[in-house]
Amino acid sequence: MNVLVFLVPLALALGALGLAAFLWALRNGQFDDLDGAAWRAISDDDLPDDAPRQNHV
Amino acid sequence: MSEIQDLSTFVRHPAEGVAAMDLVVEGVHCGACISTIEKGLSRDAAVRSARVNLASKRLTVEWTEGELRPSEILDRLSGLGYPAYPFAVETADSVELREEKRLLRCLAVAAFGAMNIMLLSVSLWAGAATGPSGATRDFFHWLSAVVALPTVAFAGRPFFDSAAKALKARTFNMDVPISLGVLLAIGLSVVQTLQHATEAYFDSAVMLLLFLLAGRYLDQRMRRRTRDVATNLAAMRAERAVKLFEGGEAREVPIAAIAPDDLVLVRAGERVAVDGVVEDGRSDVDQSLVTGETSPAPVATGAQVYAGSLNLTGALRVRVAKAATGTLLDEVNALLEKAVVQRSSYVRIADRAARLYAPVVHVTALATFLGWMLMGLGWEHALVIAITVLIITCPCALGLAVPAVQVVAAGAMFRHGVMLNSGDALERLAGVSDIVFDKTGTLTLPTLSVANLADIAPQDLSLAGSLALASKHPLARAVAAAAGATAPLPAHEFPGQGVTIFIEGVRLRLGSIAFCKAEAEAAPVAAKWPDASLMAFRAPERVVVFAIRQAARPDAREIVGELLNAGYRIEALSGDRPAAVEAAARELGIETFSGGVKPGDKIARLNALRSGGRKTLMVGDGLNDAPALAAAYVSMSPITAAHLTQTQADAVFLGDRLAPVAEALSLARKAKRLMVENLWLSAIYNLFAVPIAILGYASPLVAALAMSGSSVIVTVNALRARQARGF
Repeated sequence: MNVLVFLVPLALALGALGLAAFLWALRNGQFDDLDGAAWRAISDDDLPDDAPRQNHV
Repeated sequence: MSEIQDLSTFVRHPAEGVAAMDLVVEGVHCGACISTIEKGLSRDAAVRSARVNLASKRLTVEWTEGELRPSEILDRLSGLGYPAYPFAVETADSVELREEKRLLRCLAVAAFGAMNIMLLSVSLWAGAATGPSGATRDFFHWLSAVVALPTVAFAGRPFFDSAAKALKARTFNMDVPISLGVLLAIGLSVVQTLQHATEAYFDSAVMLLLFLLAGRYLDQRMRRRTRDVATNLAAMRAERAVKLFEGGEAREVPIAAIAPDDLVLVRAGERVAVDGVVEDGRSDVDQSLVTGETSPAPVATGAQVYAGSLNLTGALRVRVAKAATGTLLDEVNALLEKAVVQRSSYVRIADRAARLYAPVVHVTALATFLGWMLMGLGWEHALVIAITVLIITCPCALGLAVPAVQVVAAGAMFRHGVMLNSGDALERLAGVSDIVFDKTGTLTLPTLSVANLADIAPQDLSLAGSLALASKHPLARAVAAAAGATAPLPAHEFPGQGVTIFIEGVRLRLGSIAFCKAEAEAAPVAAKWPDASLMAFRAPERVVVFAIRQAARPDAREIVGELLNAGYRIEALSGDRPAAVEAAARELGIETFSGGVKPGDKIARLNALRSGGRKTLMVGDGLNDAPALAAAYVSMSPITAAHLTQTQADAVFLGDRLAPVAEALSLARKAKRLMVENLWLSAIYNLFAVPIAILGYASPLVAALAMSGSSVIVTVNALRARQARGF
């Protein structure tokens, strides 16, 4: 039984970590453009481009 | 336009040496568009960043201050194939966005709390705490309390704030019983935990918040998206004006950059973008968007002109008015203020339910407490039972019943081209018994077209069309559009009269009746089309007269018929000439109509209808309709309406068709029916749950099952609000 004293709070702490990550992502604007993010994932930004890219936000 | 655009009002300065601008971009719909725009702009060394938001169709560009003119960005974008329109972020937008993010944060916290507390509770229900001492159970209760207390303190704020506001104003809303229920559940559970009791209600309290926050977040998101679309549309048709600077320089600027006392140039064929006084020039203006009157009025130096009027014949220099006094605009504003004050304070169906519901619940809880005391139960135990009654009746389903329907119905309306400006518009639309239409721009399209096309020979039409292309006059444009002409003839224009050309030995003329000396031929056409403006085309041996007017919306007749069949009483009230109103009303099958109606008279008519017990939907677009829209029970306007008018309307509809009005009414009726149904469903739920609670059998497990069960039923029922049509 005593193992619960460690494991349950540990589980809660892990959950809280997930919550913190979500709140961080929200604050950071990760959810501002859900449609665009879907497309950006498959864009070829990482391939060499004919013109040099000058900016990264 | 050859003038340089001055866009400085739209430029922000997020940091030292950095300028930024927000733009609405037309035609972005996929990943290729994003990279074309972002890479295309970033090639310029001065551009620091360009970021497209695909969901809202907007673009934010940042560049090094002074190295780039804002108008160059627009040029580059249209070079890439994406016309863009700058817009200023309004404070109301950012308030809505902040509220939405706040609700999402609360929702996330509540979801975390609910999941973890439920994890602990389910293990307890499953028998994790069967030991004799109950140490595990107490431990789990304490852990639940540790999670629940901060969760409720954070995620419950939207409800607590709103309840406090309502109580301060001495009214009830749904948030009062919600807040009371949640706080009591938490308080009772803490006391139970302290006393090593077997049951605690942390899970119920947090789950309640989770469900309600989900409903509220969806509601807020729907409202914000509606606003976004409205802002985008407004930016796309943002009006510009040619400002005359000292020294005679003329520059095209957005209307936001025009200040009182500026001098503005309005050329023939352009819309007047400001209210002001004519400084010099002579012209005819079409004020149909302002007064509803379709026949042009002459203006000269010293005359008042209003934003939205169409300048027909000559160039005008207009001094922008500081504040209009003793003018139409002044009258409209005064009437508007009065109408807004008079607007009957509509009580939302949810608030009416809350007013009925809250006292009943509180009295029931009190009666339960007193009843158990009389039965000889100890006051502590009786109190616990009374509080469980409050918890189980806490209007979880009731709180979702109305917003869930609202969200689904507003989404359905959105797909049919109707955008709601106010939340309770749905409920008011559902109660409508009478519909009052403005004529000009509402029953008819705001653009001009040739009415008597059938009477005109094709070769005359195509010749007149080519000739018409040489003129900027709106009537000529309508003729050119009707002919589908693309190749202009090198004709000479006599401003305000017409165009003429000498070709292959014959002289052709297109212009006013007098210019073509076509009085004899014009008379029968004028008699046949009393609401039309006339234009003549003269070739040596023959004369053709065009009747040009605002045509009825393509489906207007059909929709009016459908609405009449559905039992609505329909009326047309217009500021236009009575003859023109009569012609349009007869064509559409509207039997009650009056023309030449002043803004004040429109309000009087609406008030007469109201005192007769009728609930009136006013549909209008003109500046003169704005007070009437505010005074009506509920109001709609087309997206082409004057800005002031649009802000007064409860809903705005898109497109050339009138069908969205009928769709909105039918969807609203359906939504109202579902709202009432949902309220009944939650009442029936209470009918079963409350006796269980009063008898003292409401364990936390029962409460959790009952609450989520009823919430799911109500939400699923709300989804039926999606399909429309059929009254």
